[in-house]
Amino acid sequence: MMLPAIILLPLLAGLVAWLAGRWSATAPRWIALAGTAVPLALTATFWGRPAEGRWIAAFGFDWIPAAGISFFLALDGLSLLLVLLTFFLGVLAVGVAWRQTDHRPGFFFFNLLWILSGTAGVFLALDLFLFFFFWELMVLPMYFVIGIWGHEHRTRAAIKFFLFTQAGGFILLLAILGLHFSHAAETGLHTFLYEDLLGGALPAGTAWWLMLGFFFAFAVKLPAFPFHTWLPDAHTEAPTAGSLILAGILLKTGGYGLLRFVVPLFPEAAAAFAPVALVLGAVGILYGAKLAFAQSDLKRLVAYTSVSHMGFVVVGVFAWNTWALQGVVVTMICHGLSTGALFILAGSLQERLHTRDLGRMGGFQVLAPRMTAFALFFAMASLGLPGLGNFVGEFLILLGGFQISIPVTVAAALGLVGATVYSLWIIQRAFHGTPAKGATLADVNFREAAILGALVLGLLGLGLYPRPVLDAAEPAVRWLEADAARPVPVVLAVEPPPHPPLP
Amino acid sequence: MTAADFQALLPFMCVAAAAVIVMLVISFYRNQTLSAILTLAGLLVALASLPIAWSHAPRAIPPLLRVDSFALVHLALLLVGTVAVTVFSQRYLEKYRMERGEFYILLLLSALGALILAAADHFVAFFLGLELLSVSLYVMVGYIFVKEKALEAAVKYLFLAGLTSALLLFGLALIYAALGSMEFSALAAAVAGAPDGLSPFLVAGMLLVFAGAAFKLSVVPFHLWTPDIYQGAPAPVTAFLATVSKGCVVAVLLRFFAPLDPASQTGLFSALAAVAGASMIVGNLLALLQDNLKRILAYSSIAHFGYILVAFLAGGENGPAAATFYLVTYFAATLIAFGVIGYLSPTDQEADTVADYRGLFWRRPGSAALLSIAIFSLLGLPLTAGFMGKFFLVAAGAAAGLWPLLIILTVSATLGIFYYLRIIIAMYSGEGRKSEGRTADAPFAPTSATVLVLLAVLLIVIGIAPEPLLAFIQAATTLAP
Repeated sequence: MMLPAIILLPLLAGLVAWLAGRWSATAPRWIALAGTAVPLALTATFWGRPAEGRWIAAFGFDWIPAAGISFFLALDGLSLLLVLLTFFLGVLAVGVAWRQTDHRPGFFFFNLLWILSGTAGVFLALDLFLFFFFWELMVLPMYFVIGIWGHEHRTRAAIKFFLFTQAGGFILLLAILGLHFSHAAETGLHTFLYEDLLGGALPAGTAWWLMLGFFFAFAVKLPAFPFHTWLPDAHTEAPTAGSLILAGILLKTGGYGLLRFVVPLFPEAAAAFAPVALVLGAVGILYGAKLAFAQSDLKRLVAYTSVSHMGFVVVGVFAWNTWALQGVVVTMICHGLSTGALFILAGSLQERLHTRDLGRMGGFQVLAPRMTAFALFFAMASLGLPGLGNFVGEFLILLGGFQISIPVTVAAALGLVGATVYSLWIIQRAFHGTPAKGATLADVNFREAAILGALVLGLLGLGLYPRPVLDAAEPAVRWLEADAARPVPVVLAVEPPPHPPLP
Repeated sequence: MTAADFQALLPFMCVAAAAVIVMLVISFYRNQTLSAILTLAGLLVALASLPIAWSHAPRAIPPLLRVDSFALVHLALLLVGTVAVTVFSQRYLEKYRMERGEFYILLLLSALGALILAAADHFVAFFLGLELLSVSLYVMVGYIFVKEKALEAAVKYLFLAGLTSALLLFGLALIYAALGSMEFSALAAAVAGAPDGLSPFLVAGMLLVFAGAAFKLSVVPFHLWTPDIYQGAPAPVTAFLATVSKGCVVAVLLRFFAPLDPASQTGLFSALAAVAGASMIVGNLLALLQDNLKRILAYSSIAHFGYILVAFLAGGENGPAAATFYLVTYFAATLIAFGVIGYLSPTDQEADTVADYRGLFWRRPGSAALLSIAIFSLLGLPLTAGFMGKFFLVAAGAAAGLWPLLIILTVSATLGIFYYLRIIIAMYSGEGRKSEGRTADAPFAPTSATVLVLLAVLLIVIGIAPEPLLAFIQAATTLAP
């Protein structure tokens, strides 16, 4: 019963927060805080629990038996880490929005909580219909968050976001149904259950098209080059808490989909597609980095860095060996933390200066030394400084990718140089130099410092001692590999995941 | 006729009797509310008689009607739709100082026509039902003749519906020429007896019958009347046009075409597939260009019936059930939408431009929430019935392997997002000042509010737990091929 509670609590809290918003401006905030913190605590109780078979916990009943649909939730190491990330960032998002949304807070927190609930559902649902249900559930609240509380071009950005994700969603629906019916044609079993659909012998042509359908839907969400064009607009125009959720959690549903569904369900088709995907990933890394460098809008810059980082995820997934997959998991978590933090910083700068234009910033080192320290830390994390989490993830992906394709790995590694350039560019433009005459800037306050401090600790922990996370993800990764049943090189199959090189 | 036949016909007789009673009562005492109450009572008694009829199903009432579980499911849907329209009309007509009692007679008669169509098993019943439905609707469309565009809409509807009847009659004549019988079952026998191809007469006749039905469904290329008449008619009548008058045609088409196997009738079915594809594309594209809420809903209904045609073409076990399920979700959402529009319309004009709805959520949160739920359902978002409806529809299409149509559905539904979101954006933007939109301030009457809220709750309940309804519909709509 714990698993449905994790999804239901934010849903209910969202409704209560909305209603409470009619009478009080503060009540929705506290309700939202409880609605994220309690699921976080509930999820944390699964930490370190041994898995029975594949899942640490599972919950299911027949939902629409007339159509072969069941309500099946299950949690393994991968889901556990991502759900933890979801609610951890959820708590922080509530903190970020604490003061920034004086405009109709009830409805805002309603949307925020429903996004979190939908995302947690995506990470837990292992019936494909249920997965699609949650996949669609998180879209509309995000649309409202961007469309109502966003910045100046919010309507356009919100529609673009909705349109891209819905297009992906419809294709996903067709692919899920195609899989369902071709599986039924092969086996006579009408099911949407993930475990039943695994290992089905589909005709090669069918598998290829279905795999492309799934890939498209997840690549749009991730976003992978060339489906990324909605992302800069949505991130830039969203309010800070929205950007945090979007970058930190929503993008991860795409990566999760690639890991969980695309390769295990269609191993041969995915293997045949891997060269294309690897190249798309590498292009995304370099192209994202280049575009990031060309931006003068701070939020837009950070948004493009996401495109670059998510390129690593694509490379890692399609390299498909234990190292790369572990790297994907770590990269997704660390990207959530570091990019989320950069969006929080960009948001607090905008709140103070009413601009995101880097050309109108400078010299903040003098005015706001604490903020500068935080910014420097997260810029370093983003560029992949050893000792911080992102390094571990990207290093593992490169290590795994090297076994599969040296040219792609070389290109991806060049992306790290790009990351160094754009990360230092932020610091140089905004924080170094001399401040404009008469410029003032309030330093981070206690609330902001607490939020950013939590993110600092997370990134440090993942960078210095990633072992617990890798251990938690390992059984799940092994299962995924077994499902894909691609012959795993002997060396990798026996060796445990490597210790990351410590500084 | 036996007593059992009469019991099976109870729903029809209740509606017919209600029409007579209302007519008699208004010749002695004119009172709008009384007429509405009598109408409502007649419809509710008809609904209550459904279980009695059910206990005798399946029962053929030779030669015209066939009361089976399929017919009864559709009867229930049509009656519920008419109940909602009656409630909306009562409140809507109150605003006009004119003779209003006759409206309910017309409403009951056209509902009776719809019921006959849903149970038709014979060409005569088909034609009779369709005429009864249309003739009453001509008057209903132009009923509030003081309104701008009402008469124009009524005349347009009259001409086009006349054309429809001509096409339908000609088609029926051709089929009669080929078969020598006017019973649907003769058609089934002819199809079963000629596995390698039907006579050209028969195919041409069926195409013409489909064309006649397509006018009522307003699918491309028979859709041109839709936007003008949706816009010109009073909102409750538009609700009736959009739901009941289309739903009954879907029912009769499902029954009429049930004997055909799509695989052996490639010519006929590719024509229908072309109509379905064109409706989805044209409906969704043209809706993008509209600024008027009623016209947007008109074009979107063209697209929705394109979607339903996909399930219709899929046939087999899943097709009729998916189409019926989708109809239920479409009925509920559309009734809410037009109910709210009718409600918010001031006396002189309809509140039907998108601009009228600016800031509605902050101004009138209840109406805006209802309208949002309806639009989310039409859009097919999760937790609403529309999501499930669309899913079963696409599933039926996928089971039958209609991939090209499904891809058209996907692409055009993505376009559809734009115009639905425009309404949503309008409602949630703004500050909620009164001057922002031109909507009536009157509070909701308890009857309308109850109906609207019940429909909205239905949309959400089906969206969460569709199993009971789906299993029921699947069991009830299995048509013998």
